[in-house]
Amino acid sequence: MDLVIEARNLTKTYKMGEFDVQALRDVSFTIERGEVISIMGPSGSGKSTMMNTLGCLDRPTSGDYILDGESVAQMSDDQLASVRNRKVGFVFQSFNLLSRLTALGNVELPLRYAGITEGRRERAQAALEAVGLADRMSHRPYELSGGQQQRVAVARSLVNNPAIIMADEPTGNLDSKVGKEIMNLLLNLNKDRGTTLIIVTHDPAIAEQTQRVIRLRDGQLESSGVETKKGKQQ
Amino acid sequence: MSFTQALLEAIESLNGNKMRSGLTVLGIVIGVAAVIAMLAVGNGAQASITGSISSIGTNLLFVFRGAADGPPGGGPGGGDGRSGNNDRPLTLSDAEAISDNFAAPSVEAVAPAIQGNGTLAFGGEKTTSPISGVSPAYLSVRNLELAEGEFINEEHILGRMSVVVLGPETATAIFGHPDGVVGEAIRIEGQPFRVIGVLVAKGGGAMGSEDNNAYIPFTTAQARLIKRESRDEVDVIFVQARSAESVPQASEEIANILRQRHRTPIGADDFSVFTQQDFLQIFETITGVLTIFLGGIAGISLLVGGIGIMNIMLVSVTERTREIGLRKALGARKKDILLQFLTESSLLSLFGGIIGIMFGWLIAFAVGKVAVATGNNFTPIVGTDAIVLSTSFSAIIGLFFGIYPASRAANLEPVEALRYE
Repeated sequence: MDLVIEARNLTKTYKMGEFDVQALRDVSFTIERGEVISIMGPSGSGKSTMMNTLGCLDRPTSGDYILDGESVAQMSDDQLASVRNRKVGFVFQSFNLLSRLTALGNVELPLRYAGITEGRRERAQAALEAVGLADRMSHRPYELSGGQQQRVAVARSLVNNPAIIMADEPTGNLDSKVGKEIMNLLLNLNKDRGTTLIIVTHDPAIAEQTQRVIRLRDGQLESSGVETKKGKQQ
Repeated sequence: MSFTQALLEAIESLNGNKMRSGLTVLGIVIGVAAVIAMLAVGNGAQASITGSISSIGTNLLFVFRGAADGPPGGGPGGGDGRSGNNDRPLTLSDAEAISDNFAAPSVEAVAPAIQGNGTLAFGGEKTTSPISGVSPAYLSVRNLELAEGEFINEEHILGRMSVVVLGPETATAIFGHPDGVVGEAIRIEGQPFRVIGVLVAKGGGAMGSEDNNAYIPFTTAQARLIKRESRDEVDVIFVQARSAESVPQASEEIANILRQRHRTPIGADDFSVFTQQDFLQIFETITGVLTIFLGGIAGISLLVGGIGIMNIMLVSVTERTREIGLRKALGARKKDILLQFLTESSLLSLFGGIIGIMFGWLIAFAVGKVAVATGNNFTPIVGTDAIVLSTSFSAIIGLFFGIYPASRAANLEPVEALRYE
């Protein structure tokens, strides 16, 4: 068994004025390399906190989190930045592309922060080709449709060959037809490249397309192993 | 991320907000231009003053009444040299004693003078000018030249004759032209005088141009125009040393003679001897303070420009919170973000500095043109020190006022920043 994510007793506490709010309570689970997982739960269930923690944007208050063999729970800000750069690709609901940069420039960004100069352009071009935007490379975000923008974001998330791709409501800002295309793109990338895919969503139809659903309620794991029909088929 | 990339991104980002970047740069431009122009004007004033003092002659000494706290009345051309306390006045016999070859071997020539003001009139034209009662030696001691006619001679002195030698400006003021006026009769304070000579224009400025003076025999002035307490009292004694090297020695000899004659102990002199070097030093100090003062005021506007940069960078950081969050999510470290924003603020101040130098140069040039057009002999000097000073100052300001906004950006929490609307 090749574990890409191992979460042990994750707890996250926020201070809200005088009260401590526990966003995550003692959550433990594992994810295997190459899996497609969805994280579901009503709002306030700790979904976002979970995604931030798994994406190394934030540290758990206590517990241990091992991502691709590295224990990240105690890392410094800059170490976390490096882990995000090498091991995590992000796809956001609102695309989060830099409007000043072209599609190519946006996709190059993670490579820049990785300090890669040689072959950077070629890798970014290859990533854009992989998401079907070979003919839109020098367009700026405002010259692209929503679906195309999200494709650029997907290309950006995979350009560094990360261990996991974190997608936060990736179809939330798209109509259902384009949303379906993006989902297919993500699933195909998983199939072709074996990149672990974690999708945070509240849409059961999306969750249905993943292999396993992690459900959160009140910061606790409601279930971590519900295999979907699709998961059973595979 | 490499520095060139940071630079390119910064240019792109500043370019994306042209109006805002331009206005911020303008603040620095004004500051740097003000510093450059002010220092240029200050340096120019200094050069012009020291230049005109030097033109007086390097082996000239001035003897005034009163202790040496500074030259009275702003110099030999201006005041009357009388300090009005118990100091004994300088006299003609003092001047004679100084010209004694045995007591003062370093002294070449001595020219005592009394100075006042008077109204000169010819026909309907009138002008008020400084009037000096002088001896024949004055011409050579003050290094003056005659354009036409003759200077005052011993005969004029002995006869207390009503003759006058005019400076070229004075001649122009009452005759309309400086030449062909010898032999004309003019009135000084209502009394008739015959013009016997006109001097060559000498220029100068700081100590008052002497081209607008009128010179009459010492005795005539004493008797009829410039009354003093005693018959042989003088306001100033001009002394010519044998050479520029013998000036300090001459100064010492003069002091010794006058101490003996005035019976003052050493350290309680009731007279003062100034050399051209002394005046040079005094005016250099004055213009130096003036330059620092002007530069300081201009520096304040540079400071305000710097605060403008900080202000805009803070707005920019707030506006781009999401961008910063995204960059961090993609792997940007603190120093990457810090570098990005510091580059932007430094670029702003660097642009401002470069444009400001050119602009300041232009202002200095214009001031020089105006000065020449209004007849002042004055050229602002843009020194390399001013350029280096204001450029490095503006770069430091860009860094200093950029550090706070940049560190605020660098220390944003990625989670918070991404959530920012």
